[in-house]
Amino acid sequence: MNKLQIILKGIVKENPTFVLILGMCPTLGTTTSAANGFGMGVATMAVLIMSNLVISLIKNIIPDKVRIPSFIVVIASFVTVIQMVMQAYVPALYASLGVFIPLIVVNCIILGRAEAFASKNGAFDSILDGVGIGLGFTLSLTVIGAVREILGSGAVFGLPIGIGDYAPLVFVLAPGGFLTLGYLMLLFNKLAKK
Amino acid sequence: MVAVLAGICLVASACVGAIYVVTAEPIAQAKAQATVDALNNVLPAFDENTVTELEQDGLPVKVYTAVAGGQVAGYAVETVTKNGFGGAVRMMVGFLPSGQVNNVNVLEQSETPGLGTKMCDEGNPLIMSFQGKNPGDMKLAVKKDGGDVDALTAATISSRAYVDAMARAYAAFKQVSAGETADAATGATQSESQPTQEGGENE
Repeated sequence: MNKLQIILKGIVKENPTFVLILGMCPTLGTTTSAANGFGMGVATMAVLIMSNLVISLIKNIIPDKVRIPSFIVVIASFVTVIQMVMQAYVPALYASLGVFIPLIVVNCIILGRAEAFASKNGAFDSILDGVGIGLGFTLSLTVIGAVREILGSGAVFGLPIGIGDYAPLVFVLAPGGFLTLGYLMLLFNKLAKK
Repeated sequence: MVAVLAGICLVASACVGAIYVVTAEPIAQAKAQATVDALNNVLPAFDENTVTELEQDGLPVKVYTAVAGGQVAGYAVETVTKNGFGGAVRMMVGFLPSGQVNNVNVLEQSETPGLGTKMCDEGNPLIMSFQGKNPGDMKLAVKKDGGDVDALTAATISSRAYVDAMARAYAAFKQVSAGETADAATGATQSESQPTQEGGENE
């Protein structure tokens, strides 16, 4: 598998949201607007790249029986470190993304990629896999967020597009999240199959 | 096997601990800076401020008395309510000496993104209901509950929490500003921070 393919497969063939259907909890919870979806995607991508790298480096010293707890410890430590570093040195970024950071620990995409890719491949390929899956997740969440924001609050990235008064609020609420996700999944898979 | 897992945990916790030690100071500074920014945001221009710490129903309230050119320019009240949809909501409310709300800054909240989080936005219905008005002249409840405050759409609980925090802030403001006038009458000046006036507010 060449390097470009590793990145591309994360966006289309193994898109974490629409194809692998992983990480649904943060997906539904944070995609109330395009900006929130984008923020969650970027924060996840950062953790994913770091955890993939570390796990691919230490995979040989971890016995098979305790690999899952080991991965969890590594991921949780990374998330905590990233949270503290952001809080200390980029408080403005932390103010807008901070709420998403603890959610990343329970995001099964991170553990899923550690188990399915990083524990079987080299460091460089694992970084690329993190980039690809991270981009796929970010794009999917931004699209879902944009659709829900347009339909639910009549705006994109906080900019009103003039239909605010007619927008059905249900799309910002939980039921609208499920509806949007379902229809986008259908559309994505129909287009991807061609 | 156990040794490896224990080793990994040890290394991971050591890393987290080390980072905590390194970042504790900058985090405290960033938080202090956020408080200063919030004060500047909610108050008219001022030279210096003094802090009075109060307690309401077991929750801490801080009142910052801002002085400009020897005169009180306004009061900023840092208040907290536990009634938010996602837990505590911390706000900084700026009052002019007359009791009018100058501006409000939500410092910390964990409300639903896209609904309750609108309380942080510029010109949201909640802040528009209060800005330039004296909460003492208002019925402090959302319109749904028969009050004078416009709630956020689909975020009634968050809106009620906001109103609750505002009511607490106003009570603290009245308490401190009343004490201030008394001090001024006796000629006492406040230059240092007053430690505590605990248990002042019993409801």
